[in-house]
Amino acid sequence: MDSIGDLMAGFAVVLSWQNLLYMVIGIVLGVIIGVLPGLGGANGVAILLPLTFSMSPTSAIILLSCIYWGALFGGAITSILFNIPGEPWSVATTFDGHPMAQNGKAGEALTAAFTSSFVGALFAVIVITLAAPLVASFALQFGPAEKFSVFFLAFCSFVGMGKEPPTKTIAAMMLGFALAAVGTDTVTGQLRLTFGSHELLSGFDFLVAVIGLFGIGEILLTMEEGLSFKGKAASINPTVVWQTWKELPRYWMTSLRSCLIGCWMGITPAGATPASFMSYGIAKRTSRKGDKFGSGEIEGVIAPETAAHAAGTSALLPMLSLGVPGSPTAAVLLGGLLIWGLQPGPLLFVEQKDFVWGLIASMYLGNIVGLIIVLTMVPFFAAILRVPFSIIAPIILVICAIGAYTVHNNTFDVVMMLVFGVAGYFLKKCNYPLAPLVLAIVLGDKAEESFRQSLLISQGGLGVFFSNGLVSTIMVLGLVALFWPALSNLYARLLTPARPT
Amino acid sequence: MSHTLRRRAVAVALTAVAAGLYVTPANAWEPTRNVEFIVPAGTGGGADQMARMVQGIITKHNLMKQSVVVVNKAGGAGGEGFLDIKNSKGNPHKLVITLSNLFTTPLATGIPFSWKDMTPVAMLALDEFVLWVNADSPYKTVAELVTAMKAAPPGQFKMGGTGSKQEDQIITVALEKATGTKITYVPYKGGGEVAVQLVGKHVDMTVNNPIEAVAQWRAGKVRPLCVFDSKPLAGKEKIAGDLSWSSIPTCKSQGLDIEYLMLRGIFMPANVPKDAVDYYVELFKKVRATPEWAQLMADGAFNQSFMTGADYTKWVEAEEKRHRDLMKEAGFLATN
Repeated sequence: MDSIGDLMAGFAVVLSWQNLLYMVIGIVLGVIIGVLPGLGGANGVAILLPLTFSMSPTSAIILLSCIYWGALFGGAITSILFNIPGEPWSVATTFDGHPMAQNGKAGEALTAAFTSSFVGALFAVIVITLAAPLVASFALQFGPAEKFSVFFLAFCSFVGMGKEPPTKTIAAMMLGFALAAVGTDTVTGQLRLTFGSHELLSGFDFLVAVIGLFGIGEILLTMEEGLSFKGKAASINPTVVWQTWKELPRYWMTSLRSCLIGCWMGITPAGATPASFMSYGIAKRTSRKGDKFGSGEIEGVIAPETAAHAAGTSALLPMLSLGVPGSPTAAVLLGGLLIWGLQPGPLLFVEQKDFVWGLIASMYLGNIVGLIIVLTMVPFFAAILRVPFSIIAPIILVICAIGAYTVHNNTFDVVMMLVFGVAGYFLKKCNYPLAPLVLAIVLGDKAEESFRQSLLISQGGLGVFFSNGLVSTIMVLGLVALFWPALSNLYARLLTPARPT
Repeated sequence: MSHTLRRRAVAVALTAVAAGLYVTPANAWEPTRNVEFIVPAGTGGGADQMARMVQGIITKHNLMKQSVVVVNKAGGAGGEGFLDIKNSKGNPHKLVITLSNLFTTPLATGIPFSWKDMTPVAMLALDEFVLWVNADSPYKTVAELVTAMKAAPPGQFKMGGTGSKQEDQIITVALEKATGTKITYVPYKGGGEVAVQLVGKHVDMTVNNPIEAVAQWRAGKVRPLCVFDSKPLAGKEKIAGDLSWSSIPTCKSQGLDIEYLMLRGIFMPANVPKDAVDYYVELFKKVRATPEWAQLMADGAFNQSFMTGADYTKWVEAEEKRHRDLMKEAGFLATN
């Protein structure tokens, strides 16, 4: 295999002391960036980009991509401990990760999250190593109709999974769509629902909404319950990592499925966030313990984390081979490549072998280094929960406010965050599920955009969503996922008369 | 003793005078804190790349004592960023880099700002537009493409472009007028995405900037038909086979009388001291003299016009009028 030889040459490039040092610095910075909500990987990389202009391109991309890995790892920490997703793709991790922490299993949840992230990333890197050219051409098949079908599948695999009445789920989702519609419409270029306010020009940022709905909402709920943080029973057990590892191989099927979903979503490129939601939704459908999801099931942490990391990693492939970033962070890295004098595109693999294979080798090493760093920190992170709530709550509040501010350097966003916090509290009190709301805010405008692009291309005909094998298959999968409860019901009923009485 | 003291005092006084003399010419304005460099577009696009490149060059060559901080304010088709500049009257620590949305956004959306709310600093370069088709398509020349478009039912040919009612769509409308055909315009979020949609054959043609499509051209995936400028591009370096940027004919020579260039210019808030404007003009002159800048200009086949002061203001004024006419003709003006 050519690629194996190239990869070994890549390792030779990476394994210098200097590059290893950059790797460790990058991971640690990335974890910090991932922990701070709002200061996402894209912002972190953008801030540090100018510092790398005097480095060699290979060292620079190692440093920056390691910040990216670190942020992917770090996003899970606050989601699990405080129900505040540090990054958009860790929203789905809060659904079961935070209940686990409340049940005193923070260490297990963190270990499962970090390990799954690693597995997802490793799987994606192997796919990149072995199938880069093939995979790149697959990405080219995705026009607007295909993209819409992917979003459609993400929504369908998520609808009706909560215990809440379907009407409330739909109401929450519609509210999310309405919020997603605020701001500038890409297709017509017009302003929508801004009511003449300049603050609303860019719409509601997903991160601000999520920090408010989850973080602030959670604090309000905890305050109502008498300032007691349920997680304080967490025992600090240094062997928690080993014990969780013994348990994990049982969920290999969930991991493998999540890896595949993640790679697919990263390459197409839909990104890590839909991947994590879709993977969580499908795991809930197929798991035997599906009805317990949301109350602290370890599988509910494995599924979204594996998919998010697999997607985040494979998102670099279309960036390198096509020049299309699969995620906002990849978009900033892409700008970096151009500044270092490298031209991303089909020829990068041929002309800049050292760089590409050095980067791929650094993905292997960076993730191993990252896993070691974050795992050694697990007992420490879990111990944070033992700090009394009256001390930790103001700190969380400040972190949330800083996070909301950094998204756009705008104080208006901090006010929005508080409004979303109060709204989140009432929605929870009235038993409206937050997950569909968040899913609609994050994917609503993208889904709408690709839907309308498809209709422009087909000149109004809906047949475009069934016009070729690829798009039809995904749409049918979506419909099956949507009507799964009804279908399985029907199936059961068809079987009943056949049984001998 | 006293003698030496006096001598020393004289020496000190002389030094002070010398220092004073030395300082006076450089006594002009200099930034006293971080300079915010606003990009009225998202991360990863053409304006963003250029801003970050400038930031990198200033840092690497130590051209300024304070740091430059790039901030993306993309909301409302860039309106968010321009409104920020408009509302920062007299603040000499803010710069903005422009796209054509300086002209198109207020016209298309009614967001209240104009270049007159800002102080023009310098034109850094002009970005070119090239008409691209997929390399597998049968159209080798503009004439072949236009013949096919005229023969096809209206709206069958699809143009992919960045944003709505902005530069790409303006050119599309001009193309429709020049050929008497109807083109379906499909807006996407970024130029890189548009180039890949063309490679994937989801659209039939694009008017990507050179830097957005060059990687696909080199790989033999797309084919340039003509450039929307009055003269061919400058780059003689071979890019795809024997072809270089300079081998692309102008659209005018191919029978399409359309010219369009996009301003990559720098503006500041209104009411800033003249010294501050002069300072930034000098700064950007230094930036333009670096090898990194030359490389970016060559890679992206930019038109390297540089203007400041009254020339620049005049140019911007004419360009605003031209955009108003173009947008009016295309029916893109905001109704409110």
